[in-house]
Amino acid sequence: MSILARNLPMAALGVAGALALAACGGGGTSAGPAGSAPAASGGKTKVTMWTHNAGNEVELKLVQQVTNDYNASQDKYEITIQAFPQESYNDAIVSAAASKSLPCLLDVDAPVMPSWAHANYLQPLTIDAKLTDPLLPGIKGAYNDKLYSLGFYDAALGIVTRKSILTDNDIRIPTIDQPWTLEEFDAALAKIKASGKYDYPLDAGTGWTGEWYPYAYSPLLQSFGGDLINRADFSTAEGVLNGPQAVKWGEWFQGLFKNKLANPKESEDRTDFLQGKVAMQWNGSWAIGDAAKKFGDDILVLPPPNLGKQPYIGAGSWQWGMSATCQTPEAVNGWISFGLQDKYLSAFSEQLGNLPASASVQALGKKFREGTKESTYIELARKYALIRPPTPAYPFIAKTFEKAAADIISGANVQDALNTAVDAIDKNLAENNNYQ
Amino acid sequence: MSLTHARGRPKRSVTYMRDRPRRWPNRPADRHKAEARTGRLFTAPAMCLLLIFLIIPIALAFSLGFTDAKLSSPQPTRWVGLSNFEDLLSIKPLTLDEARVRELAGPEGTVRTALRSLTKNGSGTPYEGMSVLSDSVAADGKSGSFWLAGDPLFWKSLRNTAVFALVVVPVQGGLGLLLALLVNSRFRGRVFFRTVFFLPVVMSMVVVSILWAFLYEKDGLVNNAIKAVYPSWDPIAFLADPSTALPAIIAMSIWQAVGFHMIIWLAGLQTIPAELYEAAKMDGAGPWRTFTSVTWPGLRHTFVFVLVTITIAALGMFTQVNVMTKGGPLDSTSTLVYQAFAEGYGKQRIGYASAISFVFFVLVLCVALIQRRLTREKDA
Repeated sequence: MSILARNLPMAALGVAGALALAACGGGGTSAGPAGSAPAASGGKTKVTMWTHNAGNEVELKLVQQVTNDYNASQDKYEITIQAFPQESYNDAIVSAAASKSLPCLLDVDAPVMPSWAHANYLQPLTIDAKLTDPLLPGIKGAYNDKLYSLGFYDAALGIVTRKSILTDNDIRIPTIDQPWTLEEFDAALAKIKASGKYDYPLDAGTGWTGEWYPYAYSPLLQSFGGDLINRADFSTAEGVLNGPQAVKWGEWFQGLFKNKLANPKESEDRTDFLQGKVAMQWNGSWAIGDAAKKFGDDILVLPPPNLGKQPYIGAGSWQWGMSATCQTPEAVNGWISFGLQDKYLSAFSEQLGNLPASASVQALGKKFREGTKESTYIELARKYALIRPPTPAYPFIAKTFEKAAADIISGANVQDALNTAVDAIDKNLAENNNYQ
Repeated sequence: MSLTHARGRPKRSVTYMRDRPRRWPNRPADRHKAEARTGRLFTAPAMCLLLIFLIIPIALAFSLGFTDAKLSSPQPTRWVGLSNFEDLLSIKPLTLDEARVRELAGPEGTVRTALRSLTKNGSGTPYEGMSVLSDSVAADGKSGSFWLAGDPLFWKSLRNTAVFALVVVPVQGGLGLLLALLVNSRFRGRVFFRTVFFLPVVMSMVVVSILWAFLYEKDGLVNNAIKAVYPSWDPIAFLADPSTALPAIIAMSIWQAVGFHMIIWLAGLQTIPAELYEAAKMDGAGPWRTFTSVTWPGLRHTFVFVLVTITIAALGMFTQVNVMTKGGPLDSTSTLVYQAFAEGYGKQRIGYASAISFVFFVLVLCVALIQRRLTREKDA
């Protein structure tokens, strides 16, 4: 006990210091939790927005522009933006919800929305159907038949490569209607590996963590015939995430790294493809801009391979929602409706490389017009998109799958890793009464 | 306490005492009481803070550990008794011979399908929901023995934390002493070296971790440096390999904090009177004898301080792991604090995370008490 006693004064000193700091800093940050208590200033009611865009300058600028224009367009509300880095955004929301200080307007990653709606963070939106009807299905976040979130764009996954690499190695260029089969894909990777020109044939994106893992790798699992959870009633993952199809996926996926076809520990910037160190990149539609700038017409956007059942990609990107504690729904619904104008939606897709939200937006812009390489992504989204399981258990499933996939990449026994994940998910479902 | 106090006060003339208003009661007993009261008054703010930030959180962690509290859930928190601690601490050996495998999984079944039929949710066996911690399976996959754990990650985290502390405590302490001895001797530019060794300490651990993550990459500085010396070196991504990730983090952590302990040792070295060294010299003691008979005995209190601070810091290792590896690859760098964080914030299982934190608290307390016991005997 005496060690404790001896260290007590020091601990107390530290705490006192921290308190003093908190007291000093308090004044500056008090604008944060404005969700429940709107403060009037200059005749306008202040409404706070949180967004995950702090690391993405272009997107933040666009959000800022929509907000400035909205603020100028009416004189009742003034929306102020607080941007967070994406990595800590979800944690910030959960902590803020626990202390009942959520902002009025916030963005939410599509697959996480059901969890936040179930936890009573969010209230449904009221947006004119005339505005929402033309939008792509992946852009509208519905849970329990109510609209909880709306995005300004969608995203899609695909394989980015160069035409010259495929022709040099005598590899068939796959089309959307005739994607590579598993055997063709394996053979293509082996051929490129054998050419010896690249560090690795494939950049799978292992350097990105978090939601990227389920977003990028669960479609491969689904393509083999497995899934994250049994979608019949969302009450178990047994036999789906650890069944024979899933094990086949795991062993194939592990083989990519074991056979040095892909780098198990990539750096976060993922510039290897641009530098010519890898031949193909499994990446989202947002990455095509840089690649096209560098390689021009040589760039190809390929559909994901058909690994057994059919090709799959994820759907649903970041969307806007309203906190349950929000006292000014009019402002939130107004801001979202305002942002749904074609000119803004077009800017989001043109400048960010995201999929245009509707056909009229597609026609307005240049990048995704029919016949362009980028328009391949729209076809992929129409044909092969599968939303991540819309259940409040999703955040837990995502973390569990991320760990299982990371362990598989590092060489774990596939069956054990998947069994452990299934046990964890089923236990979580039971603990939460199946999120009923 | 009161005696020293009385002795320390300046002697005053009688007239002076008479003019002053009386502050202290005359009777010694009353005086003690008054002093005790003042003492309580002075410690009150600290005690208050300790209560709010130390005692109450520990009590909360303990009580939350018996519930299924979640970070966000519309469900009310339920009391679940000891089940969190059972999940965390349960560990069982299991051997499946060929006959048992055939009985459980049929003639074609492997030992893993047989095992799954025992551990699957709803199987009703004592092994339900347990996962494989370690295995040894026969070559044909028809039999094998396993260690099953309710939470294999806990045991791996415990092992990693222990390995980290067992390496870091002696190496960082010893290296710190070595550096202190070096920069304590008189030579030109010793202030420069003191500053250089201390520099990493003032850098944020997050920044250091990010930088070292780059150094450890496959085409990073470390691999290139080794290649420059041994041209046949095959570069490895240190943080991606389960066998090198923890050693890499250990090396980085030692480098980061060794300067701090060097300064502590240095302060200790400078309290040793120079006369002792002169006397040793006159007695003809060589450098090693001087160290064992003068320097080391003079550093006893410093030693205890360094030992305790490094141990506590090593057991609480978190930042490096969170930034560099997130506990991977294959759980080879997960620590107890990181696991508690990942369960509580990542998976939102506050109840379970509290149980981990409480078990961690008890372990650290035990280690600290054992250390105190060992070092106190030497004191006497």
